[in-house]
Amino acid sequence: MNDLTDLTLRQSLDALRSGAVSSRELTRAALERINALEPRLHAFITLTADQALAAADEADRVRRTTDPDALPPLLGLPIAVKDLLAVKGVRCTCGSRMLENFVPPYTATAVERLLKAGVVVLGKTNTDEYAMGSSTESSAYGPTANPWDTARVPGGSSGGSAAAVASRMVSGALGTDTGGSVRQPASFCGVTGIKPTYGRVSRYGLVAYGSSLDSVGAFGRSAEDAAALFSVMAGHDPLDATSMDVPVPSMRLDGNTDLRGLRVGVPAEYFIAGIQPDVENAVRAAIAQFEALGAAVVPVSLPHTEYALPVYYLIAPAEASANLARYDGIRFGYHHDSESLIEQYRATRGEGFGPEVKRRIMLGTYALSAGYYDAYYGQAQKVRTLIKRDFESAFDSVDAIAAPVAPSTAFRLGEHTDDPLAMYLEDVFTLPANLAGVPGLAFPAGFDRNGLPVGMQLMGPHFREDILFRMAHAYQQVTDWHLRKPAL
Amino acid sequence: MSLTLAEVEHIAKLARLELSAEEKERYRQQLSAILEYAARLQSLDTSGIAPTSSVLPPRSVLRADEPQTSLTPAEVLANAPHSEDQQFRVPKVLE
Repeated sequence: MNDLTDLTLRQSLDALRSGAVSSRELTRAALERINALEPRLHAFITLTADQALAAADEADRVRRTTDPDALPPLLGLPIAVKDLLAVKGVRCTCGSRMLENFVPPYTATAVERLLKAGVVVLGKTNTDEYAMGSSTESSAYGPTANPWDTARVPGGSSGGSAAAVASRMVSGALGTDTGGSVRQPASFCGVTGIKPTYGRVSRYGLVAYGSSLDSVGAFGRSAEDAAALFSVMAGHDPLDATSMDVPVPSMRLDGNTDLRGLRVGVPAEYFIAGIQPDVENAVRAAIAQFEALGAAVVPVSLPHTEYALPVYYLIAPAEASANLARYDGIRFGYHHDSESLIEQYRATRGEGFGPEVKRRIMLGTYALSAGYYDAYYGQAQKVRTLIKRDFESAFDSVDAIAAPVAPSTAFRLGEHTDDPLAMYLEDVFTLPANLAGVPGLAFPAGFDRNGLPVGMQLMGPHFREDILFRMAHAYQQVTDWHLRKPAL
Repeated sequence: MSLTLAEVEHIAKLARLELSAEEKERYRQQLSAILEYAARLQSLDTSGIAPTSSVLPPRSVLRADEPQTSLTPAEVLANAPHSEDQQFRVPKVLE
């Protein structure tokens, strides 16, 4: 294996800037590693090797011919993009048979901002179908394997991106998080992943799943690397009415590990019976580490945590059932020709969608249907208010909340595929942040007895991703969990 | 909370999903289990609690009504299985 793929995102940028390496060399090294590992990991749905090499050559040309002070910040950096975000001219499958041949005519704003900053897109990564899943197993293109144990899932739905970063195919990648789809795979794969505040990063060009919950995030091997991608993506976009015009603070992270003055809340509701002991021990040790760095650790209560799961699995499917009504086989996507329009709709959707997507459309349609709306969807929206208030009240007294990302480390491929409720329970600690719209940052905090990564998350007040990055960066200055490399 | 097969068929009709007999029975069982789990929400008193449909502050988002460039008809139709004269072609809906 070559050394270039061992470079972190920050080191890659430094090497590009100093002239120690060209974008073509970095891109070639990444493509070689992808080709070597894909048969075992299947992190990608579509590779765009030729376009990537051409973009790398262009980045190298720009670097040679431009004043160094005027160069875009990420010029020549190879990254991967979850196959739920549109990149003009590159097919966007969303992990679904429905969109197997769909080629978007425009680029998502989050990706566009990164392209303007100079990144080279290597390809589109595997995802649960329409981001509906916690293991990447619902992808119509087959599952991704966890780089730490290829018999296990990488988490989901952004499992392809997390596995690509963990296996050092790329130093950074984009994901999306509707109920934990960045944080849970970051945890399972031992990488760092940011789920931004709702409204912080534009959703334009992100294929919709649950529109009041969807967010675009990023993976890196460290908080510093994830912050580098996040800070470019963040900011107001007139093309997304839910994107907020809130200043993006500097994410410049230095070697300062002094966390004095910060208050970290520990919610008892996230340390429940059933949590794997190795996970609890690692997260509690990390909390002690924050205390050692000067943070004040205090108990907080988020009393409605146990209701987040039923609330999410009514609201997200309800929104999905409306969003996915657009797949009618007429304007784009899979189609089954029929004599009658209604038969065409039914056959197109029955054949084009996979089992998990159909299950959630059915569930959401039921929750919204006449006679059940108030009892299910309406009640879920009210309880969502209570969950949101829990966070508001906690953030009156603390700057961040520390918790496990998931009750267990990576489970085995196939372990939950026959029991949707058991799969949904994997999301119990990540759903609340989406329902409240607050940011969450997942990062490695240790390993279990089987050598699998344990992740922890920090959640913060709206638009305070900077606190989370600062804390995780300080933690990563004094620990080395994030530097471990899977033996592949 | 146990759904009947007729209820599953009604939902599938509303959602425009063609399901096999096997799928209907599987979803009947799985959706029943999920809805039973969700029934715990009913135990919470939410009288006087406003629903949350968005976590963002309520606001009106408008832009200046100025012409802008948009996708060309060829770009819009490029992914359509059937098109004709710059329009999407669908099966006949009126006799």
